[in-house]
Amino acid sequence: MDNLQELLHGFTIAVTAPHLLLMVVGVLLGILVGVLPGLGAPNGVSLLLPLTFGMQPVSAIILLSSMYWGALFGGSVTSILFNIPGEPSSVATTFDGYPMARDGRPTTALATAFGSAAFGALVGVILITFLASWVAQAALAFGPAEYFAVYFLAFASFVGMGGAAPIKTVVALALGFAIAAIGIDTVSGSVRLTMGVDELVKGVSFVVAVMGLFGIGELLVAVEEEFHARAVSSKIDWREVFRAVGRLPRHGVALLRSAAIGCWMGITPGGPTAASFMSYGIARRFSRRGRHFGTGEVEGIISPETADHAAGTSALLPMLSLGIPGSATAAVMMGGLMIWGLNPGPMLFVDSKDFVWGLIASMYVGNIVAVALVLLTVPVFAALMRIPFVVIAPLIVIICVVGAYSVSNSYLDVVMMLGFGVVGYLFKKLFYPLAPLVLAIVIGDKAEDAFRQSMLISKGSLGIFFANKLVTCLIVGGIALLLLPLLLQLTRLWRKPASPATDAPVQERAII
Amino acid sequence: MGRTSTYLLSAAAAVLAGAMPALAAWQPQKPIEFIATAGPGGGTDNLARAVQNIITKHKLTEQPIVVVNKGGGSGAEGYVYGKASAGDPYKVIFGTSNAWQQPLVSKVAFNYTDLTPIAAMAQDEFLLWVKQDAPYKNAGDYLKAAASGEFKMGGAQSKDTDEVLTRMIEKTGKVKLTYIPFKSGAETAVQLAGGHLDSHVNNPSESLGQWRGGTQRPLCVFSPKRLPQGPKVTATEGWSDVPTCVEQGLDIKQYEQPRTVWLPGKVTPEQAAFYVDLMKKVQATPEWKDYIEKTSQVDTFLTGAELDKFIKEDLEHVKQVAGEQGWLVK
Repeated sequence: MDNLQELLHGFTIAVTAPHLLLMVVGVLLGILVGVLPGLGAPNGVSLLLPLTFGMQPVSAIILLSSMYWGALFGGSVTSILFNIPGEPSSVATTFDGYPMARDGRPTTALATAFGSAAFGALVGVILITFLASWVAQAALAFGPAEYFAVYFLAFASFVGMGGAAPIKTVVALALGFAIAAIGIDTVSGSVRLTMGVDELVKGVSFVVAVMGLFGIGELLVAVEEEFHARAVSSKIDWREVFRAVGRLPRHGVALLRSAAIGCWMGITPGGPTAASFMSYGIARRFSRRGRHFGTGEVEGIISPETADHAAGTSALLPMLSLGIPGSATAAVMMGGLMIWGLNPGPMLFVDSKDFVWGLIASMYVGNIVAVALVLLTVPVFAALMRIPFVVIAPLIVIICVVGAYSVSNSYLDVVMMLGFGVVGYLFKKLFYPLAPLVLAIVIGDKAEDAFRQSMLISKGSLGIFFANKLVTCLIVGGIALLLLPLLLQLTRLWRKPASPATDAPVQERAII
Repeated sequence: MGRTSTYLLSAAAAVLAGAMPALAAWQPQKPIEFIATAGPGGGTDNLARAVQNIITKHKLTEQPIVVVNKGGGSGAEGYVYGKASAGDPYKVIFGTSNAWQQPLVSKVAFNYTDLTPIAAMAQDEFLLWVKQDAPYKNAGDYLKAAASGEFKMGGAQSKDTDEVLTRMIEKTGKVKLTYIPFKSGAETAVQLAGGHLDSHVNNPSESLGQWRGGTQRPLCVFSPKRLPQGPKVTATEGWSDVPTCVEQGLDIKQYEQPRTVWLPGKVTPEQAAFYVDLMKKVQATPEWKDYIEKTSQVDTFLTGAELDKFIKEDLEHVKQVAGEQGWLVK
């Protein structure tokens, strides 16, 4: 148990007064950054980066990673309370978190999210601790074909497990792929779909899309529904925080399943976004209350949050051991590593043991600090829900406008964000699902690159997707998930002819 | 303020003014924006942040500096922004040679002539890398093996520096390579480590960690002479131990990527002179030496006519390769 010994050594580095103080400062700054409009974790970390140049690398990474944990938690706050996801990976949290908060249970929603997120992160760190060397090797097996297979699996699991009419899901996906294609194409290097607007060469930012789709779109729907659902009386109740966390073990199966999905997607470079979507989709299929998903189900919050944090945490491992940043924030941290004079790569674990194990130990402690701080603030955040709609609605518009503008100080982004708001509204009105659209915007271009790189390697033969066991399993799994709803439909038809009554819940759930 | 100190101050000011070149009379009056034409964590971003850090630490200007990332469209986003900011001396654009290479091969809405060149501050070298356990020990073996089978060469971006170099190797070495573009050099390095590629032409800093970790090794460097002596990278070897490609029979004498600094178009010569002077001061600091060493780059400083000449020559060269490949856009 060499790793355990190293970890204990790491704790002696991480658990010192100055480092604990750095964690508290980092987490608080992170929560602030996560909650504030337009300041996501990557921006926050890059703003803080120059301050760390004079620090010891271990102290610096502890400060930055604590800020990252804080920002992840803070990002869930806006997803749940205002339906505005701060990071791509917290989109899936809005599906059930927001309805639950709107129903007057914001405390429960937030406490559930934080509790399960902490569980996911913990599982992720434990995995890193024990499987560090093995995991680093596993990620190397992923070439373009395997990457594509993972993305394909993520899309398929959502299509197959989602409740929306399949054809509408496909339409939403296709629209997302088209949006993801805007800008410079990696493989050919040419400019695509800019429609004569020079600035569009940069592509469409995810933040701009989700702020419009979720923030503004939801607002338009709420205005139309005469916003009676909004100003709910949410009691500030500390006991509810602990009650919600105490209820988590009842959903043990969902927790474990989601953590497993999260870790797997974190190590195989699928990433937290794909993990949270996949976990949500699978939970909806297997949960006993899957039919009610989208209306404020506890497991609908647990599944994406656990998977997101498990994946986010375990994704730090490929960054350290291989130098592949799994997220924008990890990329900024990697830049920091180089400036501090460390080289992410296989030798980091040998050359800079103190750094690596100090960081891993700080992930245990930092997450505990983060969850404690964030649970303490739940009632404060929940109180935000008591602000009347007439006040909160303009605030949401301001958050979205400022957020969209600050992505790259561009007015065009604000216009596009508002355009996405209209799209979001139309999608809801016409019962088109938003999730596949967002998923395709976020990982559509990556999937496309991976597919075309595979085709270059294999000279156009699809055989590359069945060339070894790993990629074959992934692809077959994806195809199975795609066909699953079709088969279920067929067996149902076989047993008894479809009655119009069974269509109703499908329509309802299509809103997700 | 006492009479004496006023006197001293004005004397000091007079001395300072005398010491500066006549052109550098312009001084910034508001915060300066550094635009990195790359995402956070990339080489260009690191340069912009290192320069910002040095300027702030040594108080080389009174005004605060903010770094903004505009790396969309392989950097085109930042250059287009620079073009749109014509006449604004508070926007400094950090890029590479893609400022003049990209407009040749794709229909981006800018050209390097829309910007005012300030300096080329550091040169990144290119090396030919193979997997650690590959059978070939030098570039000659590699070319021989490549001649009999089609090798997969990875690189960052399409029709950019990496692919241009790949096509040059094809032509010089009389081999055929399948070029597979990835988003970044770091990603390419991992793909080589996993055995999904046969080789790539990364910059030293992009594969430093992988070389130390024993997943890949450099065969040769595309430089007229070997790299300067530095600390050892692996137990036995350092950058200066890597032979040049010419030594090994791959006759490509020189291929480098300059890190470039630009102002928007239509700024005054005084404003441009201020930044040239500022970058010279940055280059004289010990922190700069440290940055150059840590990122394994070569310290150079080209400005004015020298920089123009460099750009023209590189442009001609790339135009020729791009023309042969049929990449040129109208």
